[in-house]
This record gives sequence, C-alpha cells and structure tokens, in this order.
Amino acid sequence: MSIDLSQFHQVFFEESFEGLDIMESSLLALDLTEVDAETINTIFRAAHSIKGGAGTFGFQQISGFTHVVETLLDEIRSGEREINKAHVDLFLECVDCLRGLMSDLQAGSEPDMTQADDLKQQVEGILANEGGSELTADASSGALKEPGLTDEKNQGLASGKDDAKGWKIEFIPCEDVLCTGNEPYRMFRELQELAETEEGGKIEVISHLEKLPKFSEMHPEMCYLSWTIYIYADTELSDMEEIFEWVVDDCEIRYERLSGSTQIDDVSNVEVIADIETEAEAISAEVVNKEAENSPAIVAEVIVEKPSENKKIDQKPTPAKSKAKSTENTSIRVSIDKIDGLINMVGELVITQSMLGQLGQEFTMDRVLRLQEGLSQLEQNTRELQESVMKIRMLPISFAFSRFPRLVRDLSKQLDKEVDLVMLGENTELDKTVMEKIGDPLVHLVRNSLDHGLESSEDRLANGKSSNGTITLNAYHHGGNIVIEVKDDGAGLNKDRILSKAIEKGLVQQDEMLSDSQIYDLIFQAGFSTADVVSDVSGRGVGMDVVRRNIAELNGSIEVTSNPGVGSVFSIRLPLTLAILDGQLVKVGNEVYIFPLVSIVESIQLEKHMLNNITGSQYVMQLRDDYIPIICLQDVFNTGANTKDLEGAMLVVVEGDNEKLGIVVDELLGQQQVVIKSLEQNYQKVDSISGATILGDGTVALIVDVSGLNNKPSDKNPDDQTQAA
Amino acid sequence: MTSTAQTSNNDAVSGLKPDDEQQYLTFIMADEEYGVDILAVQEIRGWEPTTVIPNAPDYIKGVINLRGTIVPIMDLRSRFHLERVEYSPVTVVIILKVETERGERVMGIVVDAVSDVHSIKNSDTRNSPDLIEDLNTEFIRSLVSVDDSMIILLDVQRLLTIDTQLLNLASALTADND
Repeated sequence: MSIDLSQFHQVFFEESFEGLDIMESSLLALDLTEVDAETINTIFRAAHSIKGGAGTFGFQQISGFTHVVETLLDEIRSGEREINKAHVDLFLECVDCLRGLMSDLQAGSEPDMTQADDLKQQVEGILANEGGSELTADASSGALKEPGLTDEKNQGLASGKDDAKGWKIEFIPCEDVLCTGNEPYRMFRELQELAETEEGGKIEVISHLEKLPKFSEMHPEMCYLSWTIYIYADTELSDMEEIFEWVVDDCEIRYERLSGSTQIDDVSNVEVIADIETEAEAISAEVVNKEAENSPAIVAEVIVEKPSENKKIDQKPTPAKSKAKSTENTSIRVSIDKIDGLINMVGELVITQSMLGQLGQEFTMDRVLRLQEGLSQLEQNTRELQESVMKIRMLPISFAFSRFPRLVRDLSKQLDKEVDLVMLGENTELDKTVMEKIGDPLVHLVRNSLDHGLESSEDRLANGKSSNGTITLNAYHHGGNIVIEVKDDGAGLNKDRILSKAIEKGLVQQDEMLSDSQIYDLIFQAGFSTADVVSDVSGRGVGMDVVRRNIAELNGSIEVTSNPGVGSVFSIRLPLTLAILDGQLVKVGNEVYIFPLVSIVESIQLEKHMLNNITGSQYVMQLRDDYIPIICLQDVFNTGANTKDLEGAMLVVVEGDNEKLGIVVDELLGQQQVVIKSLEQNYQKVDSISGATILGDGTVALIVDVSGLNNKPSDKNPDDQTQAA
Repeated sequence: MTSTAQTSNNDAVSGLKPDDEQQYLTFIMADEEYGVDILAVQEIRGWEPTTVIPNAPDYIKGVINLRGTIVPIMDLRSRFHLERVEYSPVTVVIILKVETERGERVMGIVVDAVSDVHSIKNSDTRNSPDLIEDLNTEFIRSLVSVDDSMIILLDVQRLLTIDTQLLNLASALTADND
C-alpha cells in the first residue's frame, strides 16, 4: 500500500518556482552595503523549503544541490560569512540552474546536471576555502554522498573513534506530526546523512512503542511513536536543530551530548533502515505515510549512488533539451477575500431569486412595481457577480514585472551600462491571459530601451546627465484600459537615422513628408533596425513588428513618443480583459455590428464637400489634415448592396494599426459591454470579424475587427464600389 | 419534434440491439429520405432568423445563439444544390455535434421535415455507386433500404468539417480571381 506521491508533484513544482522567484527577487533587492538580516532569512527559508520538498518527493538532484546552497546561506545568515557581490551572482546562477532542473523534472525528462555540478563545486569551493568552520565545509561536501551499502562496512571499522563524541536525541513528536506533512523517517535519514559526513559516523534509532494503542483504537494518521536517536559523530547542534526545524514547535526534542564509550554495538545503517521498515510493517495502519515514503526513498538511494561513484565517466551532455511542452493545467492563486466576496454575492443572488420566485407565484398586476424592483436588483447582482468573477482572473502586474530587475541587471552588466530600474504601479491588476501574453513584448521593449535607448555612461556624462540611466516601468488604469509604459531617459529616437534607414530600405520615398509620429511609427515595420551592430541583445530588426502584432492580438495598441536627448516612452494600451469588450453597437442594413469602443475615433455626418472620389472607385473623405478611405460594410462583407446615398450618411471613423478608416453605418445604437464569444469554435475564422456576442434580445451580433478591415479595401472588387456610389 | 420522431419509432425497441445495429434519425428533403447517426443529434429546433456571417458561402445561413454558444446554421438544400424553398413554421433545424481534432463542433442543418428513427444493421447498408461525379457523394456514407424505400445515410463528420476545407479553397479561389 503506497500513496502515489506524483499527484503532489505539480504542487511541489509550483511552490518551488515561487520559492525560486522569492529567492531571486530577494537577492536582487539585497543591498550589499547594508545587509538586511530579514532578506537573508527569506532567501534561506525559500531554499530550505525547496530542499525539504525535493527530499520528500525523492528529487535527490535538487535536494543535494540546494543543500550546498543552503549551507552557504546559513553561514551568511548566522554571520559567519559576509555576503559579497560574487556570492549574489553565484546564488543567482544557482537559482537559474535550479529553475532549469526543475523544469526538466516537471517535463518528465532527466535533468542535465553538468551546470549544477559545476555550480556545486563553486559553492563548495567558497565554503571550503574562505573561512567558515572546517566542519560545515565537510558537511556540505559530504552531505551529498548518499548512504552507501559498501561504504558503511569500512566505516564500521572506524567505530573505535566514536567513543567520546556524539549526541543522544529524545524525539517525542506530537500526535498529529504526520498530518502536518513532517515525516520522521525523513528526518532520521537527514540525521544519518549528517552523521555519515564524518568517518565512521552513524546513527541509531530506538523507537518507543509504549504509547501504541490497541489496533482497533488506532487512528491511521496519528503518530504514537517516540524515538531516541544516538548519533555517533561530532555533529554541530545547529545542524541537527535545523533538521527538526519544522517540528520544533509542536514536538518535544531534547539533545544530550554523549560521553564515555559507546553503549551500542556496530549497528549498520542498513539495519537502521530495516528497523524502521519493520516497525512500519508492524504498525501498518499507522504508518501509511511512512511506508509510502520508505519505498521510493530507498530506491532513490540506490539509483543516486551510481553517479556519485562514477560521476566523471557517467556525465554525458544531454542532447538538445527536448522542452516537452508540459501539459499540466495552469492554475491560479486567488486571495481568500475575493472568494469570500463572491460567496456573499451568490448569497444575495439566491435571495433575489427566491424573492422573484415568490413574486411570480402569486403575481398580480399591482405588484408590477415590486417586480421591476426585483429585476433591477437581479441586474445589479448579476453585474457585481460578473465583475467579481472577472476579478478572479486579475493578477497584479507585478507578476509580469518581477522578471525585469534580473533582466536589467544581467543585461546592463553585459552591455556595460549602469542602469536603474524603477517600477511603478505594480499593483495594477490585469487579466491573467493578457498578462501571460504581454510578458514577451515587454521584455523586448525593455531590452530595446537598454540596448538602443540608453547611451553608454561616458556619453551620458558628456551630455551632462548622470552616469546611471533610468528605465521606468509604469502601469496604470486609464478609462477601462490598462496602460503600460516603458520609459528610458536616453538619447531618444534618432529621427534622421530612422528616416534615412527607411528610405534605404524602400519603406518610404525620398521626398515624402512625414510627421514625427509617422517617422517613429516606422520602427514597428518588419525588418527595421537602426542599430549599427547586430548584437545578441537586439538589432536584428525582428521584434518591434512582432511586438506590435502581439499587442494587436490582445486588442491593444502601442505608441511611441520621443524627445531627442531626453528619452523615449513606449506606451502599450490594453483592454483589462479579453473576455469583455466595451462596444459601440451600430446598425448596417439588417445587421447589428459591434465596434470596439477603443478603436472609434469619432462619429460624423458626411457632407458633400468632404467627399472625394479617387479613380471612380474609392471614396475618400477629408478629415482635417487627413484623407481617409470610406468603406461600406455591405460591400466588404458581401451582405447585399448598399442602397443609401453616401451624402448625409452617418460615418464612424475608426482607427486600427494607426490607419484611420471611415465606415458608413445606418444607425448608431447604444454602447454596452459585450461578452466575447468565439466564432471559430463551431465555424471558422472570419476575416475582419474578431468574434461574436449575444445581445440583450438573444440574437447574435458580430464584433468587427478594425485592423482587419484596414487591410481589406485593397483586395476588394472595384465593381462593388461603383455600385455603392 | 423529438417526441414525434420517437413515438413513430417502430424498429428500435430499446435495449436488446445487436452490436452492428445503429440508430439513425431520418429527415425528408426534396422527397428523399436522409439519415444521420442519432448519437450525433443534439437537438431539433424550429427555424429562427440568423445573424449573417460576412463572406460566407450561400449555404451558410448565419449563426444563432444556442444557449450562449454561437452555432452556425447550414442550409442542407443549398449545400446539396437542391432547389430552394421558402422557410415555413415547420422548417426544422437539426443541431448536430461531432468530435473533431479541434474539439467538439456544433452546427445546425436546415431540412424540410424530420421523419423517423430507424435501427439499421451495418451489414444491410450498401455503398453508394461510385460513378456519380458530384461533390455531394462525399457526404454520403452509404445507402440502405427500409420498408422498400431508400434512405441515404450521411457522414456527419464529413458534413460538418468538410465545409471548412471547401471554404478555404473557395476563398483562395476568389482571392486569385480578384
């Protein structure tokens, strides 16, 4: 009988990734001139949890590696060692490495330990060479050595040394120790590892069965045992305390130094394990957990043994990591407040429903007022419920921002620039899906700002600026949208350079007159890069167009403003969520269409003097300084000819992909929030339509994709146009 | 509609069915009887006005709201290039559901009237003659005769998925023509 631990693996990975994030952000936040003990503690705790979890689940690669890291952290924590920049760098590398190992394990593949072993040696090097007590260094290097069956015989010979040193530990766990997820066997195993770091070190565990009740009275999840542990090795008290750290509050633990000669014969390690196992069998009901732990643990030991013996030979570089896309479901952590709010609202909804139900049963016309009241209450409930459900999907944008401190740090080192990163509005909330998709474009923008935007320190000083460049990430709500700004205080975009490059690439004509914003807009063209040198950071010209496309896919837009010598700002505008859209309902022929409100510039009545006809087929309209094309949806969508005269018609001016477009509509209906439904699910993708929604009367209305429309007029049949006139 | 279909069901006594027997819902279109696998039928509804989809082929009448899902409606008469008829209050829409590699796909087909439910042995079915050079044969799984009349059994999977390929083909062609 064993519990399938793999069902908890996902949770372990999630928690560990979170722990790694915490380690990373804390390491980055660490001010080396004035080290905050609490920060170190946070890092240490995160590392410790990862190690503990990995040990429990039998991921020896992770726990072994983390242990070394943890040892170094512990020395720093206890003040034995000062943390310096080299340490932080090393820790960060370790975090990266762990993350890689963890992803490999999550994907179910065997992790590549080359980097880990290398890093481990580095950490061990630090531990061994620069100060720190001799013993801890030993412990760290030895701790990885798994209890080997072959080793132990040799060690047994050395037992004579054990006489004067060792510990006796009385361990009386609280009854529910197993329920808290703490596994005594695992602790013993760690003690054993600790003991065996020394020549001839070993432990003996004696269990006390006095408190064991009758089988019929036994509760399967209770621990009725207590133990006396003898450790025949000169271990540090602190090391042992650390092993019991998680249970020290609920359990009784007494440490006693052993003196005099050993009272116990040579008890081999195998027997210790066997002892525990026998117990486990004897009291099978009680030790369900334990047994589950036992069998994989022993198997793991045997397996791990091998690489430790022929480490050097065995190591072959794993071929190109098959990053098997992990098929696990993504999960979301929701604060309990949000759930409570939701439950409240559902409660209200139930009350309203019963009120309406009662009203319906004995309805008379004079109660119509109460019915209306009830219905408006229902409406309110529904809306609140909708909002709260949407809020569940909302996460603070710090989730997307959190990767940047590291990115900026690494990149600035690589580019040899001094950069400060300022992040504002980290608590602004954004839909999870949007958040996931905005990450990469943001990374690209930040890299770009760092590489192209900011000047080198010398240039900055020469221009009278401080040597440190600043990149500001800012997120805020603005009228139903979220705006994310990536700002740098660098040199700004070089208009002339962009223009000459664009002419060189044939994107614009030599004598074309372009406004500033049009010129800046050129950087979003495919294949455009003004960087003279292609680096691995940026400069290949793939990117800005992809950034724009990604953002457009999220119904968002990106703009750039720039001031020479002062810096540039990229602002991304995004809808708060992908599921709901603020829409303008318009009537065209017999159909109702919805334009996203964000894309509407203005609505005007067409007048004759504004109208112009190009080559008899394409109507354009003069709108202030611009000429914008006019299209009829009937023609584009092939839903019957437009019979109306353009003159006097209602025109909605929309903007998508920075191109304006006039669309003739018959009637402007209301504005409302619409829930986006997929057309593709049962049908297929339709050009110029981004989705459908269901209106209040139950009919379906289509949502127009404005940027899709923009590309449409070119491949349209000109015959339709003449008809339209 | 469902109830009428099931009450007149004479062959299909529930329960004791040989393995190779399958139940088919049959419907009438232009005096011919067609059958679809009854397990693919989700429900039967009356005709209701649809929302027209831009640039859709003429046999796609549009989409309707089926309890919150957007479901396209196909006119099977125009799909099979049959003469069109005016929709009347008795025009019915059979909502079909199939599993595709992209997941579940729901679509409605407009037919003249629902007829019956038959249990048909797979061994009784005959392949349709190969010689007809017509796209429509693509949708026909087999022919079977029940009570001296022929029923055309349709391949629902094909019917619901093939239009996507054809649509893509059609749009590619029109794009070339422009």
